[in-house]
Amino acid sequence: MTAPTAQDSSAAYVVRGAQPLGGDPVDLLLRDGRIAGIGPGLDAAGATVVDADGLVGLPGLVDLHTHLREPGREDAETVASGTAAAALGGFTAVHAMANTDPVADTAGVVEQVWNLGREAGHCDVHPVGAVTVGLLGERLAELGAMADSAARVRMFSDDGKCVSDAVLMRRALEYVKAFDGVVAQHAQESRLTEGAQMNEGELSGVLGLRGWPAVAEEAIIARDALLAGHVGSRLHVCHVSTAGSVEIVRWAKQKGWNITAEVTPHHLLLTDELAATYDPIYKVNPPLRTAADVEALRGALADGTIDVVATDHAPHPVEDKECEWAAAAFGMLGLETALSIVQHTMVDPGRLDWADVADRMSARPARIGRIEGQGRRLAEGEIANLVLYDPTATRSVDPTESASLSRNTPYAGRELPGRVVATFLRGRPTVLDGKLA
Amino acid sequence: MDRHLLSAADLSRDDAALVLDTAEEMRSVADRPIKKLPTLRGRTVVNLFFEDSTRTRISFEVAAKRLSADTINFTAKGSSLSKGESLKDTALTLQAIGADAVVVRHHDSGAPHRLAHAGWIDGSVVNAGDGTHEHPTQALLDAFTMRRHLGDLKGRRIVIVGDVLHSRVARSNALLLSTLGADVSLVGPPTLLPVGVESWPVEVGYDLDQALAKCDAVMMLRVQKERMNASYFPSAREYARRYGLDARRMALLPEHAVVLHPGPMNRGMEITADVADAARSLIVEQVTNGVAIRMAVLYLLLSGTPLPSPDTDLEGSR
Repeated sequence: MTAPTAQDSSAAYVVRGAQPLGGDPVDLLLRDGRIAGIGPGLDAAGATVVDADGLVGLPGLVDLHTHLREPGREDAETVASGTAAAALGGFTAVHAMANTDPVADTAGVVEQVWNLGREAGHCDVHPVGAVTVGLLGERLAELGAMADSAARVRMFSDDGKCVSDAVLMRRALEYVKAFDGVVAQHAQESRLTEGAQMNEGELSGVLGLRGWPAVAEEAIIARDALLAGHVGSRLHVCHVSTAGSVEIVRWAKQKGWNITAEVTPHHLLLTDELAATYDPIYKVNPPLRTAADVEALRGALADGTIDVVATDHAPHPVEDKECEWAAAAFGMLGLETALSIVQHTMVDPGRLDWADVADRMSARPARIGRIEGQGRRLAEGEIANLVLYDPTATRSVDPTESASLSRNTPYAGRELPGRVVATFLRGRPTVLDGKLA
Repeated sequence: MDRHLLSAADLSRDDAALVLDTAEEMRSVADRPIKKLPTLRGRTVVNLFFEDSTRTRISFEVAAKRLSADTINFTAKGSSLSKGESLKDTALTLQAIGADAVVVRHHDSGAPHRLAHAGWIDGSVVNAGDGTHEHPTQALLDAFTMRRHLGDLKGRRIVIVGDVLHSRVARSNALLLSTLGADVSLVGPPTLLPVGVESWPVEVGYDLDQALAKCDAVMMLRVQKERMNASYFPSAREYARRYGLDARRMALLPEHAVVLHPGPMNRGMEITADVADAARSLIVEQVTNGVAIRMAVLYLLLSGTPLPSPDTDLEGSR
């Protein structure tokens, strides 16, 4: 959405031998913020050469669900550090969730976050506006003012908290129609999840940890789908985590209602059995579910019932995780590992190809967030947002190497496939050779 | 045995038998004029209590003292814990002062597991009750007490009654008694039985009268009256009527059957006074046996070896 600036277009790059969406190798000439040419053996005198032999070219990834923590918790993450992590993960745009301090519930706060993103320059930052004042679930925030602000907010969410009041949710869904907005719901029935610590099932009973039942998510999704259908609005469901939720989203889509859904990388890979370690690195909301849920989520992402992968990148300082399970904060890092987890869980087993990955991690999230210039094809004339990815690489995750200020990755020590080699934002490299440019 | 005792599931059948047999030896110490052994002289046992429990703390303290260990009581109210020191910093402090064993009681499930496995301390960790998870030494002392009255527990029918959902005693007992070959039944209102209980190695029922008629032991769990405020049951009176053990129900028990309660009791709620004070009630004996069990656990964890033989004088075994 931001117009290319002089800074963005100061240099030209020619990317040699990249495989767009995993296809045949071509060269891409990036100039003036756009893809100026695409094809084999491009003549690009004066352009900096980027060797992309064997690398998959994807449109820059777009995250619908990122916690950047600024303003308020700069000890955990800042816009600058979080977007650096995003760029290293192949993202060219992130949506910054509203649960900051102060809450992003006014035009002033969303513009501040938006400006911080522009100053950092690692990727575009699209602030998400709070649905209700202070995330308190009592009255609507000034959604229109945020939509009309320089940040041009289109996605609204009380994420971290559920908009529980059915009337308030209905009004929010109706109200955002005026500016083509979408309400992204954190689906969690609050009374059913008081003090909840992990997925409610066989294991929660054995471990003596208060259960977070699937029905608490599914009941809200069902209600909201019915509301969205009733008033003809756009609903987006954050971090779908259960097989039952998938069924409800599938049913709502079959009705023709305008409902979209996301799944996090960690819900595609990890299961509730990790809670048996009592290590809060695995504590997240919604909680890690069962292997059957993981399988249903993978299937739904493959068949498109779940539209997008969104990270729910949730940084927390060490002391909020190095403690008792119940005392620990919910959430885990995700930006730098998202593409690898998707490759591992979806591409390598043959359930998505790279074109599908571009669809689920770039095109569809850009469409849901109504952001222009992102999620486009890799074609001549398009804005040059792209990522070069080496799917043959492997790496062992080292939390201390993260660009995030926090270290709460659940993948520490794991071997993951793939490596982001370069990311370009409007023709300018934000990452080269796997390092911040 | 493992270096730690965190869950009753950590104990194999042989481990459990070893603890129970060792506790028999330890119990005999209590009958001596000088109730003390030198076996853990020079070792330091820390009682780390984040939650009030005078009876459990005293039991561990007496056990450690009878083994001649140095004991330190570290309680939330008397230390920096109440000022918000983290579990990690507390653990590092205990490590720095050279704790050989840490007996931990905590309001959060899994806290002893964290202490044992986060790499903060080298000593043995004994779970003295964590949240709604487990209380393995309670299960051991219950098994010990029942074994003294019923003999081998294999095939014995044991009914555990009440708030299983919030009970660490029930979890540890279900695991340990199953390991020992007993047939365990859990009885309580469906609201107080955890989701997934059908996967436990137990029978589950809702009718107490039916369960009592053929059991060898009945264990009543403490039920907090406040639970009715969260709609787990309608009223204390209704709970007592449906799941309390009173004289009428006690009469349904076979002649030889015994009654247990981990304490502290709510007389009139889950158990009536006449049952609690009846001859077949082993509630006071459970407390006595608790010391012997905790001596056995501390001894086995810290010495790393079984007692030389039942006949050897314990004084020589260090």
